[in-house]
Amino acid sequence: MAAKTGTYTLIASTTLSTSTANVTFSSIPATYTDLRIVTAARSDAGDRVSSYYFDLNGLTTSIYSRTSLTGNGSSASSARASNQGLGQIGTITGSVSTSGIFPVNTMDIFDYSNSTTFKTVLTRTNLEQPTAGFEVGIYVNLVRTTNAITSVKFYCVGNFVAGSTFKLYGIEAGNL
Amino acid sequence: MSITSAKSGATGISLALDNNFMEPIATTVVGAGGVGIITFNDIPQTYKHLHLRVLGRSTNAAAGQSMSIVINNNTSSGVYYFHRLRGTGSSALADAYADEREVMYLPAANVTSGIFAGGTIDILDYTNASKNKTVRTLYGYDTNGGGQVSFQSELYISTVPVNTLSFVNNFAQYSRISLYGIKG
Repeated sequence: MAAKTGTYTLIASTTLSTSTANVTFSSIPATYTDLRIVTAARSDAGDRVSSYYFDLNGLTTSIYSRTSLTGNGSSASSARASNQGLGQIGTITGSVSTSGIFPVNTMDIFDYSNSTTFKTVLTRTNLEQPTAGFEVGIYVNLVRTTNAITSVKFYCVGNFVAGSTFKLYGIEAGNL
Repeated sequence: MSITSAKSGATGISLALDNNFMEPIATTVVGAGGVGIITFNDIPQTYKHLHLRVLGRSTNAAAGQSMSIVINNNTSSGVYYFHRLRGTGSSALADAYADEREVMYLPAANVTSGIFAGGTIDILDYTNASKNKTVRTLYGYDTNGGGQVSFQSELYISTVPVNTLSFVNNFAQYSRISLYGIKG
């Protein structure tokens, strides 16, 4: 089996210089097999924790659903949401959190460019801070569109603060 | 600690891309009619770790959704051990099994068409002839009212380097398993 090089490619990267309500990766090329997105983001919402959401292709109808497994430092729990207008990545810090904490979240979109299957989005969320408001977990989102994914948009409660980073990678498969 | 690019000699962090740390080895996409087993033979021994990316669906009825792994064609008893932490949408469950080779659980044939499980599987130090092998999985699927998400680990008690991997289930069309080598 021959190997190929250049598998994991940075497609786009954004670091916010000012507070921003949403961040969008658009015109995503169809030349990869999977997408991986890595973010380190924080919200200006007046809380320790802000929910963190996404849409695909600008779709905000009730085509999103999810199952999650999370731990908060004292217990593990699982939840489900159906027929939602956005997908959920996890949680990030808000303005009450210790300054300088930008939780890292990762997001995998499998077979994003195929036009046959619904899209499965698997995320890992990591929210750690000194006193209160913790979450470590995984979310699996179903997005009921068979269209190829060309854009991803991120949302939080409030705005993303300056310094938040968003990186989009393409992952190629070999010998398809 | 400084990281040096093998390609350019530059130093700094996050040079993984510069070093082409991850290389595709092979991919199988299931065609019309499905397939009962997906096998990667003659896995190169030149990487440090293996990484697999899976999009899977089963043609089995519910209760036949388990995707199992076979390492080096070994299906002996007493060599595979399994633990998982799983979310069902209502409960977080932890369990463990001996002689269990499950690495993922796939949507069954009666689930709405077009729904596939997505997951990643890692086998670290797969060529190491002094270590037993650990397989780590993160996966999930949602059906808009059902599904599950899970962390799993599989212990394979053998120090033989991994040169063959098989994944067993009745895979539906469009299922895909991609194998990558991670340099180190």
